[in-house]
Amino acid sequence: MIDKWFSSLAAAVADVKDGATILCAGFGAVGMADELLEALLEQGAKDLVAVANNAGSGDRGLAALIAHGRVRKVICSYPRSDKPHAFEAAYKAGRLELELVPQGTLSERMRCAAAGLGGFYSPVGVGTRLAEGKEVREIDGRPYVLEMPLKGDVAFCKAQKSDRWGNLVYRKAARNFNPTMAMAADLTVVQVKEVVELGALDAEMIHTPGIFVDRVVQVAGAR
Amino acid sequence: MTAQARSLTRKQIAWRAAQDIADGSYVNLGIGLPTLVADFIPPDREIVFHSENGILGLGKAPAPGDADPDLINAGKGAASLLPGGSFFHHTDAFLMIRGGHVDLSLMGAFEVSAEGDLANWTTNDPHFAPGVGGAMDLAAGAREVRVLLEHTTKEGEPRLRRRCSYPLTAPRCVKRIYTNLAVVDVTAQGLSVCEMIEGMTLGDLQALTEPPLTLADGWRPLQAPAL
Repeated sequence: MIDKWFSSLAAAVADVKDGATILCAGFGAVGMADELLEALLEQGAKDLVAVANNAGSGDRGLAALIAHGRVRKVICSYPRSDKPHAFEAAYKAGRLELELVPQGTLSERMRCAAAGLGGFYSPVGVGTRLAEGKEVREIDGRPYVLEMPLKGDVAFCKAQKSDRWGNLVYRKAARNFNPTMAMAADLTVVQVKEVVELGALDAEMIHTPGIFVDRVVQVAGAR
Repeated sequence: MTAQARSLTRKQIAWRAAQDIADGSYVNLGIGLPTLVADFIPPDREIVFHSENGILGLGKAPAPGDADPDLINAGKGAASLLPGGSFFHHTDAFLMIRGGHVDLSLMGAFEVSAEGDLANWTTNDPHFAPGVGGAMDLAAGAREVRVLLEHTTKEGEPRLRRRCSYPLTAPRCVKRIYTNLAVVDVTAQGLSVCEMIEGMTLGDLQALTEPPLTLADGWRPLQAPAL
């Protein structure tokens, strides 16, 4: 029998190791698995590499991990966004490394890892500082830069509903990076607002099939 | 510049850019000045606004109290969805941009060069960590890129430059420039002035612009209603 439901946040993040690359889905504060990331803070993992669009918002989730010095490096497109004080303090103090990646390149690099591809050539960033040191190749007369896949050890995602097979449905613009990150890690842990019986989700409307999901924890009261 | 030459307001720059958006276009509006463009779309045109966080059919900001915490725009502000709108994931949102499916990207800029190079993501200010967001994706990928900006800096320095002094977002991507003083096209022959405000001469405008300007055939006064 397949049952991906975990009864506690702590159990769902218990085996995350120091130095792990964690994919933190969300855009600003929307669609972020704050409760899972706070469980990771409790668990104590450190030297983390966090991949996220923004480097934390307010004092929750990823921002809390950064504020407590658990994150060594962030890979993101736009670190300062929507109450970025935790990031700014750590960055100015020299405690946090920053790798800047164009937003679509960030997403596509993870999709590439999920799809088992060895990289891709993108027109984005060609002729800019962010392409320095990367292979450039001309295809049909246009220059493209080689971008490498980006895989997570763990992905922390948030969805609206799940069944015990881990099929996921998101709500509105809280979908954002969640489907791509859910596919791109060795271990995918998801917090959901509602759990439903197998068969209760419309098969035509499942956004992330359960094959990509390892663990599901219900956090009914999440923002 | 003569006494009656009157610079456009930010709303008027946005209004002017809105008049050029074709009916049926899929359009991405950048954060800041371009966001104002949505308020000035002529009523006879149906435009679908794309948001990088996975939305097509972005509507106006909801009334206070009607905001949905799961529905925000690229600037992280409360948003709404029009009938016919859709949600999708980030990778598809950027596939739409990079693959040339988005007809038009309107962005702000620090500087634009005579060849259409765009600089709008960092000023190298050591006090701020840099952030690029979706700017490079839009600049390299949208089918057409137009920018809205003040013609000069607060200190009066030209923002239209021979070469950008700030790091590039993408080379040779900008096709049209809307400023508080003029509408300028980037052409193979250089910057071509399509419109400039009444009371301004090409010499006046050239004094505020680094690369050489030419007047386009059929150029007109730049006019916008009081807003």
